Amino acid sequence: MSDVEARVKGVVVEQLGVDESEVTNAASFVDDLGADSLDTVELVMALEEEFGTEIPDEEAEKITTVQLAIDYVNNNQG
Amino acid sequence: MGFLTGKRAIIAGIASNKSIAYGIAQAMHREGAELAFTYQNERLKGRVEKFANEFGSDIVLECDVGSDESIDACFAELGKKWDGLDILIHSIGFAPKEELEGSIVDNTTREGSKIAHDISAYSFLAMAKAARPLMKGRENPSMLTLSYLGAVSAIPNYNVMGMAKASLESAVRFMASDLGPEGIRVNCISAGPIRTLAAMGIKGFRKMLEQFSGAAPLRRNVTIEEVGNAAAFLSSDLASGITAEIMYVDGGYSTVGMTGINPPAESE
Repeated sequence: MSDVEARVKGVVVEQLGVDESEVTNAASFVDDLGADSLDTVELVMALEEEFGTEIPDEEAEKITTVQLAIDYVNNNQG
Repeated sequence: MGFLTGKRAIIAGIASNKSIAYGIAQAMHREGAELAFTYQNERLKGRVEKFANEFGSDIVLECDVGSDESIDACFAELGKKWDGLDILIHSIGFAPKEELEGSIVDNTTREGSKIAHDISAYSFLAMAKAARPLMKGRENPSMLTLSYLGAVSAIPNYNVMGMAKASLESAVRFMASDLGPEGIRVNCISAGPIRTLAAMGIKGFRKMLEQFSGAAPLRRNVTIEEVGNAAAFLSSDLASGITAEIMYVDGGYSTVGMTGINPPAESE
């Protein structure tokens, strides 16, 4: 597991209060991990903090799975 | 012994552990207050119950501040649990997200303006109406709400919310005048920008934080812990002589005129 992947999954576990084993790469925050709309905003805030980056609203809306979050971080780190 | 020992407080507006209301609950709990919490609807109930539990409270009541029936039911229920109330915390605001960006003249609608004023300003007075009887005969009861500099200055994107906050700050003065003879104090904290769930709805919020920390005399942003401490103080007997006050917890930002040309803090 890459460093980014592990950190993203750590944030998801912490924010959504789910078990590590549930946080697969394909897992959808809403459909698989039970996130509601506030949870998803909080998750984006937590990812921004973890990676010291700003995720614009229109990008944040597209981050719906664990893998998409990992991809976003990988593609947007200096 | 904390300086809020023996005080009973109801806190409205906790949505996450980043909420200003969460910082206030934390400080009040630390200082010994007994807490009750409200939630807007079923969707938020579980969240608020979790936080209440964290602060040793099992009083979690539904209160949709857009509805007088809901507010009345909430305080009727509170009256069954407690024989009196010392502290009301109102940390609630709302405006349609589309209206929190760009041109205020183009983007504000009659309906949006109505909602913003109703939920962000009138709701404080509406809650006060219901809380007033429970505060009768208590020692130094206090009502507190949260505002922002946008109430008195034009801040980009804050738009109709600034109008609503101006109305809220005016309500604080009128309510303090009205309730003062009964010994009820009414105050307001105008906090610097803080990254809360609600703030995520304001376009360019990150820019606001940067601008703020660069220009504020303290050269940094403020935290929910700092706002919480000020709120605990204002709600306590320590502040018994203070009412109708808009207290800035903003690192001094509201007092500086020309921003953007400040030298960085020495530690940087």
